[in-house]
Amino acid sequence: MGRVRPGKLTRKPGDLPERKVTTLRIREGPSSFGDRPDKSDTKASGGEKPEVFLLRAIGLDRIQTYRQAGVAARLAVGSGILGLLVLGAALLSLSLGPVEIPVSHVASIILSSVRLDFGEFGRTEQLVIEQIRLPRIVVGACVGMALGVAGATMQGLFRNPMADPGIIGVSAGGAVGAVAAIAIGATGAFFLALPVFAFVGAMAACFLVYGIAAVGGRFSMATLLLAGVAVNAFLGAVVSAIIIILPDNEALREILFWLAGGLDSRTWEHVQIAGPFILVGIFVILLMTRDLNLLMLGDDEARSMGVRVGPTRIILLAAAAMATGAAVAVSGTIAFVGLVTPHVLRLMLGPDHRVLVPMSAVGGAVFVLLADTVARTIIQPAEFRVGVLAAFVGAPFFIFLLIKNKRQAYSL
Amino acid sequence: MNNQKNQAVSAQDLAYQVEAQWLLDGVNLSVDKGEMVGLIGPNGAGKSTLLRAISGILRCQDGAVTLEGKDLANMTVKDVAAGLALVPQIAPYTHGFTSMELVLMGRYPHLGRFQVESNSDEQIARDAMAMTETDQFANRTLDTLSGGERQRVFVARALAQQPRILLLDEPTSNLDVLHQLMVLDLVRQLVDAGLTAVAAFHDLSIAARYCDRLVVMSGGEVIATGPAEDVLNPELIETVFKVKAAVYRDPVTGSMTVSLIGPANGVAPLRNISIGRNSAK
Repeated sequence: MGRVRPGKLTRKPGDLPERKVTTLRIREGPSSFGDRPDKSDTKASGGEKPEVFLLRAIGLDRIQTYRQAGVAARLAVGSGILGLLVLGAALLSLSLGPVEIPVSHVASIILSSVRLDFGEFGRTEQLVIEQIRLPRIVVGACVGMALGVAGATMQGLFRNPMADPGIIGVSAGGAVGAVAAIAIGATGAFFLALPVFAFVGAMAACFLVYGIAAVGGRFSMATLLLAGVAVNAFLGAVVSAIIIILPDNEALREILFWLAGGLDSRTWEHVQIAGPFILVGIFVILLMTRDLNLLMLGDDEARSMGVRVGPTRIILLAAAAMATGAAVAVSGTIAFVGLVTPHVLRLMLGPDHRVLVPMSAVGGAVFVLLADTVARTIIQPAEFRVGVLAAFVGAPFFIFLLIKNKRQAYSL
Repeated sequence: MNNQKNQAVSAQDLAYQVEAQWLLDGVNLSVDKGEMVGLIGPNGAGKSTLLRAISGILRCQDGAVTLEGKDLANMTVKDVAAGLALVPQIAPYTHGFTSMELVLMGRYPHLGRFQVESNSDEQIARDAMAMTETDQFANRTLDTLSGGERQRVFVARALAQQPRILLLDEPTSNLDVLHQLMVLDLVRQLVDAGLTAVAAFHDLSIAARYCDRLVVMSGGEVIATGPAEDVLNPELIETVFKVKAAVYRDPVTGSMTVSLIGPANGVAPLRNISIGRNSAK
């Protein structure tokens, strides 16, 4: 380390000149070893953190002011902005596609379904909207909400911003269920077999992982994580095995399609299957967001602040697993939504789960809707997969954030 | 029996075992309302474990804790948290919460499931921060604060909890001398106003200066208990801490003071290990 300069160190603060004397500044952290400029230098040279940039982009650059506001005010502002985004994304998604439908017609069609006469539209347009695009969008929004909320919950429970809703095996379990349904030909017999099988698989995997972590009566989050990794690997192998031994090429294509995650040909039945589970799961988690805040500080902290740690954690895990399982059942595995959405929102809104969880719901919906719209229209008339697109966009963006925020560091 | 009404905390025959190691071994403790009790003892004596047992974080295999006459085993954690606060020895990682957000968490035990903090909750939090001189970094995230500043924020959170019983686990371990005095003066004032406090200390003189009574622990047992004048003496300090010491009344502050002279006879000094550079070349 640097040489000791007794003469300068013994100076009283009052003796220091007004202007900043850079040589006197004591540097913090790794910068004290000399080769990297410290934070204040970066700031001075105009470097801007991505969250600040994002906030400025949406006209909300006073992050401090925002975080000082009460929970209700923060929720109102946040859901106002994100709600408009959802609405915009939904209208855009309803309007675009092989049959272009003007936004004004879209609005008229939707309003007409609640008996409001607003404007002219064609019969075909109405069918396309009501029977094809709207259910798809509602499924997409539900899936996005489920993944966003489950992601925020898992990241809170595991005290780790890298946690993902799939961490406890739900996605892999859902995949095995879906693949099994396709392989035994159940999908041909009953068109909802796929989501039902996937949901059962997801729940079974989740129970398995949880059961392993609870063996011997002493539940541990570390064991849960490791059991999740092991079960995920095992179920992944099961899926691969089925793919390898499957003779039927058509089924194979169907499996690969499902694994890539998509929202094509979703119907109102899909909404009916997944919707209730997702909404109940989200509702339960919303009731426990304050506990999630305390759990993030550690079990002892939470307990000393009045949280019944064991039951609370189980309820949160179950609710998140149920919502994710339902989402996986109707959309396949859509990667990165559950990881990126809460992560980005935490950078912008702070870690208070009372705001973060509901915002992650809306944010996840925006993410999925936009990804699906792009996936649907980018290579018309063919369709890209929303899961693939989400990962294509989500992963690089996430890496960008990681590099940008490396200094703030995570507790890993 | 009639002093039971006045009892804030009582522990009877508390025993807690981890992997064949008794961290608490038949501990009895009784703290009256409006009393400040200091726990002293060497590393591993069981001070933190006792505090955790009293706060209900840890359930002992044996014995019972009563808080204000109620059996801890029959209280919900939320009931406990509404009347008892614990300042942890080591502040946990705070994941980007600001000081204000953390202090407001102290109000959670007083809120219903569907409630958010009211203006009066915010005022309580702000007052707690002003008392601990942490209001200046109310809107900074805790990871940007120094260890001592962070420790004061956790004291502020405990105060925002408005407890009747305050447990502090080495509350001054990271504080500069000024803030050691400020925080403990504050706790002392609150105690004089009716709060009950139990605190673990390493600094014997500080413990003697602020506490009404000291409880000396060693190996999971209570060795001695009483006012500093009665408890602190060179023999006890040498037995418990393995340190030769002089104990006297400080002529300036008037409180019992311990001067540490050196390791007791028979204690092997730490082995002389050469570090890095010298041995490498």
